[in-house]
Amino acid sequence: MAIKDKLSGNEAIAVAMRQIDPDVVAAFPITPSTEVPQYFSQFVANGQVHTEFVAVESEHSAMSACIGAEAAGARTMTATSSQGLALMWEMLYIAASLRLPIVMSVINRALSGPINIHNDHSDSMGARDSGWIQLYCENNQEAYDNLIQAIRIAEHKDVQLPVMVCYDGFITSHAVENIELIEDEKVKAFIGEYRPQHYLLDRDNPISMGPLDMPAYYFEHKRAQAEAMKNAKRVILEVAQEFEKLTGRKYGYFEEYKMEDAEVGIVIMNSTAGTAKFVVNELRKQGIKAGLIKLRVFRPFPFEELGKALSHLKAVAIMDKADSFSGAGGPLFTEVRSAMFDYAKDTKAVSYIYGLGGRDVRPDEIMSVYQDLLEIARTGQVKSTFNYLGVRE
Amino acid sequence: MTKERKMNIREDMSWREMPQGGHIIDAGNAEDFKTGDWRSMRPVWLPDKCKQCLLCWPVCPDMAIPVENGKRKDFDFDHCKGCGICVEVCPFKAIDFVEEGK
Ligand code: SF4
Ligand code: SF4
Repeated sequence: MAIKDKLSGNEAIAVAMRQIDPDVVAAFPITPSTEVPQYFSQFVANGQVHTEFVAVESEHSAMSACIGAEAAGARTMTATSSQGLALMWEMLYIAASLRLPIVMSVINRALSGPINIHNDHSDSMGARDSGWIQLYCENNQEAYDNLIQAIRIAEHKDVQLPVMVCYDGFITSHAVENIELIEDEKVKAFIGEYRPQHYLLDRDNPISMGPLDMPAYYFEHKRAQAEAMKNAKRVILEVAQEFEKLTGRKYGYFEEYKMEDAEVGIVIMNSTAGTAKFVVNELRKQGIKAGLIKLRVFRPFPFEELGKALSHLKAVAIMDKADSFSGAGGPLFTEVRSAMFDYAKDTKAVSYIYGLGGRDVRPDEIMSVYQDLLEIARTGQVKSTFNYLGVRE
Repeated sequence: MTKERKMNIREDMSWREMPQGGHIIDAGNAEDFKTGDWRSMRPVWLPDKCKQCLLCWPVCPDMAIPVENGKRKDFDFDHCKGCGICVEVCPFKAIDFVEEGK
């Protein structure tokens, strides 16, 4: 029987880490992720895990220590936010290109400046091309479930890539919700033993990692890395199916909410999807065919699947909690619209950037987005493609 | 020159065949790769002056001074980087140091 509990997002992640019992955790505190290593270090102190906990002096060192540990053959985890992720930057790329399946919780927080500790997605969105798999979570349950699945995805022999599990700072990380936990031994059985093919402490098969790679080989290694990300698409679904058998909870690339007969919809990530579902329900009561897609997997990007899922809509709003300062919409908008060019050419797409630096997003604001979409659906005209929601104009 | 390897990495190989992450899964496979092609200075061994004291051999960071039967031979220019350490070390001025390409 599953265990019912009440936990904050950070507590849920720490519990998942206790159940995973990684060989090494190297972490540095930063709001709002601090509680993850804090709670976890209590499990270490209590002897509830066998983990070697490395208290480092910066996030650059945290990721460097994770890379060293994972390269040595240890199952390795960490957590960070915002500037911490930014400080890890060069090491993120190295973790991915060395094909080290590190699993990291990213508790989304705005990047400075101006300095701000509240939630948006500018940190993990900035790392979208680092070669890490990125899973996004609406609530505590999804954060817990995704972290456990992330181990399997990362370590799969056809993938061997690091994974970020991203959830909203404070909104998800600090709010206590009901949650269903899996029994310790079932988690253990689900993730299995970590058996890397090549690792530095394998003294019978000495290897070198991270040598200089000249023009005659570098491109081939990057091409192989790109293939691993493609393979992750298949593996993510396989792991999700097994996870569903274990828990009854279903995961895919994205969740479709009332999309079957929808005429207008939004694409959104993380906790604001909860607010938006409430708005969809309100609209449905009025007989308006509104739907929603909540993206779970941003890397690898489900190009074809997402494009097709939007093809029957008249209008869609793609909502970004990060700006890419291109003057042409946020990162999610750019990629979703690119997919729509092939698979949903007749659906009008508009961009909304919202909630930067923790600005609250209220149901009436989401409602106004649907009203804009209904207007587009009615007239076939897009008055404004690039929009900011909830800012004082 | 190539020894028994788990995998012989060649420039005509597809990305599908190579070890992932650019890992070197064979210890000592550096001799399979010509890494001396960006040398700007070139050591020139002068056998007439050489006393075969072998002081140059252990200081070369690239093992580019082959020794056979206790005697050094000419440089291995596939791997010599032209750092000039051997030139400095030689007590008998038996190694000249010239610009590459001259
Ligand atoms: S150090 Fe000079 S003299 Fe001695 S072996 Fe080398 S080249 Fe010859
Ligand atoms: S120049 Fe440097 S690399 Fe070349 S043989 Fe001498 S010591 Fe070795």
